[in-house]
Amino acid sequence: MLAVARCIVHRDLLLALRRRSDVATALLFFVIVASLFPLGVGAEPNLLRAIAPGVIWVAALLSSMLSLGRLFAADHADGTLEQMLLGAAPLGVVVVAKGLAHWLISGLPLVAIAPLIGLQYDLGGPGLYGVLALSLLLGTPVLSLIGAIGAALTLGLRGGGVLLALLVLPLYVPVLIFGAGTADAVRAGLSASPNFSLLAAGLLITIVGAPFATATAVRIALD
Amino acid sequence: MLEAAELECERGARRLFHGISFAVTAGELLRVAGANGSGKTSLLRILCGLASPSAGVVRWKGQPIGELREEYARELVYIGHAPAVKDDLTPSENLAITCRLAGRPAGPAALRAALGQLGVPELPVRKLSQGQRRRAALARLWVSDAPLWLLDEPYAALDADGMEALNGRIGSHAAAGGAVVYTTHQEVGIRSTQVVDLGAGA
Repeated sequence: MLAVARCIVHRDLLLALRRRSDVATALLFFVIVASLFPLGVGAEPNLLRAIAPGVIWVAALLSSMLSLGRLFAADHADGTLEQMLLGAAPLGVVVVAKGLAHWLISGLPLVAIAPLIGLQYDLGGPGLYGVLALSLLLGTPVLSLIGAIGAALTLGLRGGGVLLALLVLPLYVPVLIFGAGTADAVRAGLSASPNFSLLAAGLLITIVGAPFATATAVRIALD
Repeated sequence: MLEAAELECERGARRLFHGISFAVTAGELLRVAGANGSGKTSLLRILCGLASPSAGVVRWKGQPIGELREEYARELVYIGHAPAVKDDLTPSENLAITCRLAGRPAGPAALRAALGQLGVPELPVRKLSQGQRRRAALARLWVSDAPLWLLDEPYAALDADGMEALNGRIGSHAAAGGAVVYTTHQEVGIRSTQVVDLGAGA
């Protein structure tokens, strides 16, 4: 079972490596969206400092969603998803492996780049960069796992991409609030640990619940 | 080994087929015949457990496949209409992954031998022709020791050599006590022990 999961993660990473442009597109999208805000709202340093965590988080949500459409669609189109369903591992394991691969490809790089974007906004003290990165580290896996439910539900639908956004974005709201709230709390001189605890709790709940929902949705889509 | 009882399939409001019953024992070859749209693919998907019939039951060694799930999946090879090979990977990478997904990992030598027998070049699948893709997908049969094969149009896009190689492999599988259920439109020059005709289609 673990061998199958490892095989799927390895395969998805290999496929991403062969199609580097897809990965780069999502990351560039993140950088560009985050860089557009100063141009739009003006270069007032205090204002930029105030909006930075929120902007970075919203850009991360959108960028992570950008690659969700391909999470199951490509495997569905060429029949690989059927083979996974008939595989030796329960579908829940397959789905977790695919979610993990999606996070490694589209979430983890954001964690690494976000402090640089923060620098662009002059986020403030050095502790804030760490807080921002840590909040993304806890939050982006939730985005991948919840997104997988949406990707499975919209599998094989026409215009699935837009529907996916409408389905998934409202579910991202708690992650956005607590994620962006970490940096705000630290800046206000408060502790960020309640926010981190809530993000971690959210992560645990989605790890337990989301694969089940995704597996059910995939099974329905293929029936 | 495989037994279908009173299977019925509905797609939307249309009833594709009903009252389909048969039993496949070791060493048997069952051909599913029927016109386009008569439900051959649907029947195969029901047999492998991907789709559920609107009525009837499929049993594997006496037990309904819905109860067996992964246990049943390990016993079968399903090759569907879509070849399930990734454009960006090479045939041997594809084959290694398919085998590992099915819980029956194969060594590099076995993979090379299977692909070599079918003459599939080691290029990214993107660069292969339709027939070569089909061969890359079928190579799985040369490394598999699962007793039940469900093949949906395995001969599509194959040339005479390919058909002959596939016939040979299906024959040796049946001789070794395996069972095969397949669909085809062509005359393929292999004797089936049973034919299930789904008729003219709805």
